[in-house]
Amino acid sequence: MTAANGTGRGPGADAANGTSRRPLLETRDLSVDFGGLHALDRLDFEVHEGEIVSVIGPNGAGKTTLFNAITATVETSAGDILFEGSSLLGLDPNRVTARGIARTFQNVRLFANMTVLENVMVSQHCRTRQHAFGALFYTPSFRREEAEIRERAENVLSFFGSRLVGYRFDQPAFTLSYANRRRLEIARAMATQPKLILLDEPVAGMNPVESAELTGMIGRLRDEWGFAIVVIEHHMDVVREVSDRVVVLDHGTKIADGDFEDVSNDPRVIEAYLGHGATT
Amino acid sequence: MTATVPPATPTSGVPAEPAPAPTRGALDQDWRRLVRMGAVGAVAQIFIALSNMPVRLDERVIVKPVLSLGYLTLLIVPFAAGHRVGHQIKREGVPVHAAGAHEVAGGAACGALAGGGLSLLAVLLANFDLREPLVNWSPMLAELLAFGNETWFAVVVWLVIGTACGAAGGALRLLGPRTRRAVVTMALAVGGAAVLEPLVVDLAEGMRLEALTDRLYARRGGVNWTSGLGLAAASGILAALGRGRLQQARAHIAELEGASRTRTNGLLILATAAVLVILPLFAGKLTNELLANVGLFVLLALGLNIVVGLAGILDLGYVAFFAVGSYSAAVLTAATSPRINPELPWLVALIVVVVITGLVGLFIGAPVIRMRGDYLAIVTLGFGEIIRLIFLSDWLSGWFGGSQGITKIPGAGIFGLTDVAGTDPRRVFYLVLAFCAIAIYVSWRLERSRLGRAWMAVREDETVAEAMGINTVNVKLLAFVVGAVLGSFSGAIFSAKVGSVFPNSFLILVSIVILVVVIFGGMGNIVGVIAGSAVLIGVLGGPKQPGLLAEFSEFKLLIYGALLIWMMLARPEGLIPSVRRSRELHQQEMAQDAWLKGQVEDDNHNDGGSPKAAPAT
Ligand SMILES: Nc1ncnc2c1ncn2[C@@H]1O[C@H](COP(=O)(O)OP(=O)(O)O)[C@@H](O)[C@H]1O
Ligand SMILES: [Mg+2]
Repeated sequence: MTAANGTGRGPGADAANGTSRRPLLETRDLSVDFGGLHALDRLDFEVHEGEIVSVIGPNGAGKTTLFNAITATVETSAGDILFEGSSLLGLDPNRVTARGIARTFQNVRLFANMTVLENVMVSQHCRTRQHAFGALFYTPSFRREEAEIRERAENVLSFFGSRLVGYRFDQPAFTLSYANRRRLEIARAMATQPKLILLDEPVAGMNPVESAELTGMIGRLRDEWGFAIVVIEHHMDVVREVSDRVVVLDHGTKIADGDFEDVSNDPRVIEAYLGHGATT
Repeated sequence: MTATVPPATPTSGVPAEPAPAPTRGALDQDWRRLVRMGAVGAVAQIFIALSNMPVRLDERVIVKPVLSLGYLTLLIVPFAAGHRVGHQIKREGVPVHAAGAHEVAGGAACGALAGGGLSLLAVLLANFDLREPLVNWSPMLAELLAFGNETWFAVVVWLVIGTACGAAGGALRLLGPRTRRAVVTMALAVGGAAVLEPLVVDLAEGMRLEALTDRLYARRGGVNWTSGLGLAAASGILAALGRGRLQQARAHIAELEGASRTRTNGLLILATAAVLVILPLFAGKLTNELLANVGLFVLLALGLNIVVGLAGILDLGYVAFFAVGSYSAAVLTAATSPRINPELPWLVALIVVVVITGLVGLFIGAPVIRMRGDYLAIVTLGFGEIIRLIFLSDWLSGWFGGSQGITKIPGAGIFGLTDVAGTDPRRVFYLVLAFCAIAIYVSWRLERSRLGRAWMAVREDETVAEAMGINTVNVKLLAFVVGAVLGSFSGAIFSAKVGSVFPNSFLILVSIVILVVVIFGGMGNIVGVIAGSAVLIGVLGGPKQPGLLAEFSEFKLLIYGALLIWMMLARPEGLIPSVRRSRELHQQEMAQDAWLKGQVEDDNHNDGGSPKAAPAT
């Protein structure tokens, strides 16, 4: 793997549109309990290669918990998670990332005191090799890899136009505007060279123009970089715009799964939203 | 977050020229604040007096015959209180009032209150028997407070002195920045000359410049008041002429980029190295001993800096690795080692020591590293103590000699070229210097590598670091091991230098002192850590090693604690902060500054008018 966009679009990328026999990611009967609360309750969920899936549902439906379960940040109590056919259960979060799943966080969590560039460089950790030895003796392979890491980081950041490049490279992450922090989180996820990106409310807190722009970018992430994408979103216009498929969660169970039109007319969905007081 | 704080006046034009602020009247004081400060000062002075510091430190003369270190500890309190009380109220960065008589009067009143504490103490000492609960102070205290006169004299004189010192402290605020710089430089020059006296005298002897020091210093110690005046005048003139050139030069260097930056840095490092190599040639035993001690702590502090400063693991048991390094070097080199005595040459032994300490680091680290924060700190504290108790135990006394330790450890021979015996501090210093260079290089290279970035990410947010594909356990463990190995260098040199190791050389106190050095110097910054060691270990002294102010030894911990508290309040980023650390601690201000510079604003503007926006829905 030499270039950041060398990943994705592997064999079987043509099998998009949910028709492939084996999904890229699949959860079977997945349950997560917090004390007595079933945050996820026997959930079957799948993502195919090259697909953009939106996960919607009222607050507390278990959307973030689904991401946490996939990335091994919470313990599952039953069921299985298969990625490219093999189970992710029992892996440490960093192994899951190494397998090719990256995520962003609902409440932006950058490495606040590292620079923009460093945030993206450090996220290539699991794709690079050099260790203390190379650094201490300044070996040619160390220098080569450092240059590559930097180049890839700059490449990823340039995806966001002029927003995160130039003098921004060396700015600490916490000085960024809110929208830019969200962008940097996505850049960081991209830098891990994943096959699947999980975006947790990527446009939350953005103004309509910023949000529309990011919506376009989610499409480009799939088309240009070949990532499959799962996005949790509350804004229905964004959901309609980006998704190939929409999955609706409520109380940890899936209540609808299909394209936007079907789902938005589903009486159970309407009830779930109205019953809970919709957040859109 | 703060980056989005709305502006007070979004499109204000050129900042208005601040109108000259009015002064306040002398009696227009914030009396509550004044009384509180004065009371704190009084309590501080009573505490200092009863700790016996003034009496013990009276022997150390600063300016002959007017000022001793003992009196200085008393005078500094009303001065500081008087200075602090007149703090300026700033509104949007502009002082509301100009400094004037108000500051002097307030300082004087506050200083009088603080000085009054000693007056009160003098009365109490004369009339009551305070020896029972307070055992530390010596009878000479009363005499010292009264300057050899009656009690009433002490009462009056301390009120007067307190007032004067407080007024002086307040008056410091009246000075313009230039004059203030000159005054501070003068004080530093005289104080520095007095503190560095043993070092300067020693060096002057080596360079055959005794004539100079004989003039500067009084025969029984202390700067002569005449030459003190001369020194102050000279430094004051220099400071006035220099007009902050030094700061400008520093800012200039900081702004350099690319090749010229590298070149300047290289030159600075080369110059420092040259001084450090040449200096010991002229220095006597005392100076070299001091430098070697500082160097040992620089090594330890650099190791701990990787663990605490870079990877953010609060290790309170770092002394364990120092101990393991010392003991394993001792066992491997000493003929008298109880169980096995292979009598390896020092350098060969060092390789084994590094391996052993690395393994011990892994062994201790493996269970500890999965914990976080406070839990980790407490457990490392325990391990630090356990290692010492193991060396002390009867169970292993067949190996390590129990409380008798291991003695008659030979010096460190390097390829048979030199034999660095503990009796030759100069050679020890060169050895320490070489290893410090190695440690500095290691810290510097690792910080700018994949591994160093991973350490920083772990320090920033461990959960996220893990989610970004970093194996946090491995990375933290590696920090632990690298720190352990650097600590073992120090241990191996220590045992060869001292010639014996005992369990009680490795008390928890050593861990604490190293941590204080790192925090005081500036966590995460190599230069800061070195400066911290030089100031704390060089001037105040290490846990067992005397510093330049050897008189302090009894009060070392008290002063360490006071310094640490003061540092945390006034300058939490340390003496010489790493850019990153000070960012971390001043995030809010920085974010606001960035906003003020219009950077965030310009970004919002960009976002608003972006032509690349996807079709809006
Ligand atoms: N770490 C946790 N411990 C206990 N309860 C949790 C935890 N994380 C989430 N929950 C609970 O699980 C439910 C689902 O939460 P979440 O997945 O965050 O909802 P959302 O769909 O809004 O993202 C909520 O009731 C929440 O309170
Ligand atoms: Mg959520």
